[in-house]
Amino acid sequence: MDNNVVLTMRGITMTFPGVKALDNVDFTLRKGEIHALMGENGAGKSTLIKCLTGINAFQAGEIHVDGINGPVVNHSTLDAQKKGISTVYQEVNLCGNLSVAENLFIGREPKTKFGTIDWKTMIKKSQKIMKDLDMPVDVKQNLEEYSLALQQMIAIARAVDMECKVLILDEPTSSLDDNEVEKLFKLMTQLRDKGVGIVFVTHFLEQVYAVCDRITVLRNGTLVGEYPVAELPRVKLVAAMMGKDFDDMAAIKTDEAADFSNAEVFIDAQGLSHKGTIKPFSLTIHKGEVVGLTGLLGSGRSELARVIYGADRNQTGTLKVNGKEVTIKSPIDAMNLGMGLLPDDRKAEGIIGDLSVRENLILALQAKRGMFRLIPMKEQIALTDEYIKTLQVKTASRETLIKQLSGGNQQKVILGRWLATNPDFLILDEPTRGIDVGTKTEIQKLVLKLAKEGKSLIFISSEIEEMLRTCSKMGVLRDGEKVGEITENLTQETVMKAIAGGGSNE
Amino acid sequence: MKNKKLNSNTLLLIITIVLFFVMYAAGCIVYSDKGFGNIQTFLNLLINNAGLLCVTCGMTCIMLTGGIDISVGSLIALDCMILAVGMEHWGMSAPVLCIIVLLIGIVFGMVQGFCVGYLKIQPFIVTMAGMFFGRGMTAVISTNQVSISNEWFVKLANTKIELPFGAYTNNKGALQIPFVRLTVVVALIVLVVIFLMLRYTKFGRSLYAVGGNEQSAVMMGLNVPMTKLKAYVLSSFLCSIGGICFCLNTMSGNVQQATGLEMDAISSSVIGGTLLTGGVGNVIGSFFGVMINGTISTLVKTNGKLLSSWSNIAVAALLCFFIVLQSVFAKIKEKK
Ligand SMILES: Nc1ncnc2c1ncn2[C@@H]1O[C@H](COP(=O)(O)OP(=O)(O)OP(=O)(O)O)[C@@H](O)[C@H]1O
Ligand SMILES: [Mg+2]
Repeated sequence: MDNNVVLTMRGITMTFPGVKALDNVDFTLRKGEIHALMGENGAGKSTLIKCLTGINAFQAGEIHVDGINGPVVNHSTLDAQKKGISTVYQEVNLCGNLSVAENLFIGREPKTKFGTIDWKTMIKKSQKIMKDLDMPVDVKQNLEEYSLALQQMIAIARAVDMECKVLILDEPTSSLDDNEVEKLFKLMTQLRDKGVGIVFVTHFLEQVYAVCDRITVLRNGTLVGEYPVAELPRVKLVAAMMGKDFDDMAAIKTDEAADFSNAEVFIDAQGLSHKGTIKPFSLTIHKGEVVGLTGLLGSGRSELARVIYGADRNQTGTLKVNGKEVTIKSPIDAMNLGMGLLPDDRKAEGIIGDLSVRENLILALQAKRGMFRLIPMKEQIALTDEYIKTLQVKTASRETLIKQLSGGNQQKVILGRWLATNPDFLILDEPTRGIDVGTKTEIQKLVLKLAKEGKSLIFISSEIEEMLRTCSKMGVLRDGEKVGEITENLTQETVMKAIAGGGSNE
Repeated sequence: MKNKKLNSNTLLLIITIVLFFVMYAAGCIVYSDKGFGNIQTFLNLLINNAGLLCVTCGMTCIMLTGGIDISVGSLIALDCMILAVGMEHWGMSAPVLCIIVLLIGIVFGMVQGFCVGYLKIQPFIVTMAGMFFGRGMTAVISTNQVSISNEWFVKLANTKIELPFGAYTNNKGALQIPFVRLTVVVALIVLVVIFLMLRYTKFGRSLYAVGGNEQSAVMMGLNVPMTKLKAYVLSSFLCSIGGICFCLNTMSGNVQQATGLEMDAISSSVIGGTLLTGGVGNVIGSFFGVMINGTISTLVKTNGKLLSSWSNIAVAALLCFFIVLQSVFAKIKEKK
């Protein structure tokens, strides 16, 4: 082994019953590099990582780790940790019922001289870690009290704090905002300079070009190639991932700013608020309009949407849907009014692992129609097939258990679930999180198509570009308050300005 | 998030503790003529429930992992039978028998723990098999009621540990010195040790992690099967300690002994704030759960006119109350 290399994987082949997830894949990681592992949803990125850390058993191939003679086979994450491989898996994998400090240290708690857990040191160390990362967290609180983004940062902090030679980050940035991504990148570069090899999986191409040194591309479980970043410009990278030329920058939004002043108003919220999260706000949405909500993470984007939908009851104000004043007591009321909400915390609210793709997909529709009016199987199948096709869900069949799908493909099914209810008003909270570039574009197209059919949408995304391409109006939030609305001249610049404050639209 | 807010689990615990004191105080007022307010009545509560307390501590540990152990009642019957028959018929020495019983507990737990942890069989099924096995083995050893007259054991059972304070005159005017039995000391030691273990050892915290989110525990590098195995070993071991305490109270072995004890242990844990889904709970709560259970049956007994089944009904009502309370708190938490 070249003495600059910390990790080599050769000829890794891994089959799940009925699916060849990896076929003869090679991967090399060098000291002090950030190595992007790229590929579409279901390409096998997470599986490759899990083969390395012992969660999945591979059938053929060899793994070598610097400093260890002979091929290495890990049997558990613990094994891998002992060999200096520290991992943040795709979904946040921490325990909500334990305190933040424990989540950072469990399995490697500081001990007193009697061999018991030294809570004082543990808490002090945790406080230091959180402070270094500039995170406003009380380490004694239970983890579940904090937002998904903070949990993600805590998971990263845990992995980073372990002495490791190899750090694996599987889509760590999917629920982070720019600020936190920046913190993460700073951390990653520091570690790289210390000689740690970092594997980084993401679907955000800009992030690859911002920090990575090298890219390995997988497609359908096979290796496409390994490239230095400089030799693989964006367009080529996308082509390598998809296996065909594709221009994700293509302008999707064709017509100029549409004028909705004559269109019917569908949602008319006046002075709605929810104690503790959202200050009173007003928002009107016309039929056929896509409204974006933007602001820093934690500014109340999701919360505002939840108040309109009735997932959080409003304490003040009135809501008119299609001209009629309504009170929404529970999500089912909202659904019956023709509303739909794709929530951002999809791990907690979304997937039912032991049900099939079809069953997961029809869930919301079935709830809407009432439990006793079973949707005919024929219709279920037709719907499922339709959404598998439009959303490009990579699954062995419609009856495959959803937990056997890759993370991104699970997301697509959940999106399909809400689209299938055929709502007149749909709130999409981070609909493209964890989804590959190709499908992202498809989803944006779909949003515009729905709008053209006369539906109203709220679109929330951390990617401003994505919203620029789909929205005709944007609400700007800051600290739980709607501070402005941008209706014309929607550009990256105006939006950024408005988010940061001091923009002209206030 | 700034000011330390009351965690809903702490609140549940406080409710349990308050409930115990209210209940006990009510008993003191209503039955003051029957001597309910005497310190000895309280100590008897501890004496009568020492065995259950040991078992409940083990049960709580298992429930923290999201599991359940319904074999404890039969294991106690088996322990008592081995002690009784061993001393009376086989002529073995009592201390040796106690050690044997503890070892049996460990082996019993290992087998159950292996099935749950490594073979990934449902805990309910595994421990149900354990339950049948325990009861069956007891019957195989003897179907008769075997009373213990072993000198050492009798002496152990009759040892009074008198408290240096709290002497009182009873309603006949005689001076009484309050006392506890050895079993109470054992049970309280178990309680303290398990409390410290849950808070200050890696194993203790792993129990919470496994119950909180098993998949995450694996991903964080914890050895989940081993943790579960140890939990079941611990439970059966504590159950055997409880079995000895139990035997010291009853001084006999009997096939029907401790039937339904597992349910008492589970209900005490739940009343004490342990969630059946795992990850939440602690033995302080379980202690008060046991005490509440004991107080109810003492109240019913003191009344004298009520059918003893009323205590079951009261426990059932309490269980419902606490489970509803738990889910209400969970709802409130979700809403936030
Ligand atoms: N437990 C499982 N059982 C069966 N098949 C599985 C299982 N886990 C993953 N797969 C399959 O293996 C393939 C690769 O999945 P993997 O999770 O590695 O994709 P990925 O590249 O990480 O995608 P994403 O970007 O969506 O996270 C997919 O086709 C998936 O359906
Ligand atoms: Mg993945």
